[in-house]
Amino acid sequence: MIIMSVPRFWRKQIARYNLVGTHCKKCDEYFYPPRNMCPGCRREGEIEDFKFSGNGEVVTFTVIHTAAEGFEGQTPYVLGIIKLEEGPSLTSQIICDAKNVEIGMKVRPVFRKLGQAGERGMIYYGTKFVPEESEKC
Amino acid sequence: MSVGIVSYGAYVPKYRIKVEDIARVWGDDAGILKAGLMVNEKAVPDVDEDAATIAVEAARAAVSRTDLDAQRIGAVYTGSESHPYAVKPTSTIVAEATGATPVLTAADFEFACKAGTAAVQACMGLVNSGMIDLGMAIGADVAQGAPGDALEYTAAAGGVAYIIGNKESELVAVIEDTYSFTTDTPDFWRREGMPYPEHGGRFTGEPGYFKHVTNAAKGLMNKLDTKPEDYDYAVFHQPNGKFPTRAAKMLGFSKEQIAPGLVVTRLGNTYSGSCMMGIAATLDQAKPGDRIFATAFGSGAGGDAFSITVTDKIDEMRDNAPKVEELLANPVYVDYATYAKHKGKIKIA
Repeated sequence: MIIMSVPRFWRKQIARYNLVGTHCKKCDEYFYPPRNMCPGCRREGEIEDFKFSGNGEVVTFTVIHTAAEGFEGQTPYVLGIIKLEEGPSLTSQIICDAKNVEIGMKVRPVFRKLGQAGERGMIYYGTKFVPEESEKC
Repeated sequence: MSVGIVSYGAYVPKYRIKVEDIARVWGDDAGILKAGLMVNEKAVPDVDEDAATIAVEAARAAVSRTDLDAQRIGAVYTGSESHPYAVKPTSTIVAEATGATPVLTAADFEFACKAGTAAVQACMGLVNSGMIDLGMAIGADVAQGAPGDALEYTAAAGGVAYIIGNKESELVAVIEDTYSFTTDTPDFWRREGMPYPEHGGRFTGEPGYFKHVTNAAKGLMNKLDTKPEDYDYAVFHQPNGKFPTRAAKMLGFSKEQIAPGLVVTRLGNTYSGSCMMGIAATLDQAKPGDRIFATAFGSGAGGDAFSITVTDKIDEMRDNAPKVEELLANPVYVDYATYAKHKGKIKIA
């Protein structure tokens, strides 16, 4: 079960649904999750919202066999670090047969349930990734 | 003023279960069931898919097919009988995830298997009245069938989104007219808090499906003064393969006219997405100038008939999103135990 306050999830909802991060126009650096200030340019930076394509590749991964509460029904599942084509990396579930996942594998985003706060609470939605080549799913 | 389809998008989960695997669990004869239902397998959602995620995938496919600015969408209506929340709209999730928020109206529709086409009609009205620029109507379901019930052989997962507009240069298909036939016929229902629907068995046939489909279809053809021969294709709600085949014959449509849209044999009944999926599969292969006749049915009960003419624009954008045939190809088959887990029929403490 995911225990997260409703406002806490809602504040990051757009970033999770649509992979909206930020971009510094001054140094051309991309940030996901979004940063309000460019750590390189500091107060000289010019931050704007940026919607990532979601295309990327697997940097590394692990296969979860002993899941946390609420994820028991999904084992074995793949958690990985995805490097987006614009630069930033993020951690996400990769929906594919655990036997087929490999470092460097191209992935694309899909909209899925991330979890839910038990039977009565909120359902959390957002982005996960699937292999670009459907036969690896 | 013309009104019609600006874009469309479909989504089908990758998993399937064969009728044989369900029949084995309940001691039924798969051969008799397959011949009677004309369904060989059905789509099964992943463990993290529901009607909202399916609606979003279909909606995103519709937006990307024409590469339109989602901010132009002034209404999002999602039809489903498996909305993930009892209270909290699915359509706001879809609107947010397609980038259509915040200046739009949104609501969820329910009318058994025809909630999606009811949403199409609402969008047609809003667009033609000038209240909105574009409207998005979605039919999406992770259909429920109780373990061992006849519905379990067909209740499937999938969704389709249509973007409705009235700028002639943008339309891939003109909806010439629509006609509905509705009565209070309790052939199928699900009470509040109940996990699975109930149905009237054979009562869902003649007084439900056939009465409403044929009356809606005949009503529209009378209104437009058209005949079955005037259409290149026809699509009827597909709870199984037998009903639409029989309805087509009763109305005078041929097997060839319904063949491209008859996806139920490999997909199952996607409820609110059922007739809309058949229309999408037909649009995937129709030529400019082709006419499509479609009638959706929703238990409870009602039929929505549509007369559609495909425009030259279809060839420009058809390949920009997955076609229904591509979504049906290369499925991953699961056994009954995996299917039961995916559908939440197995409760994990």
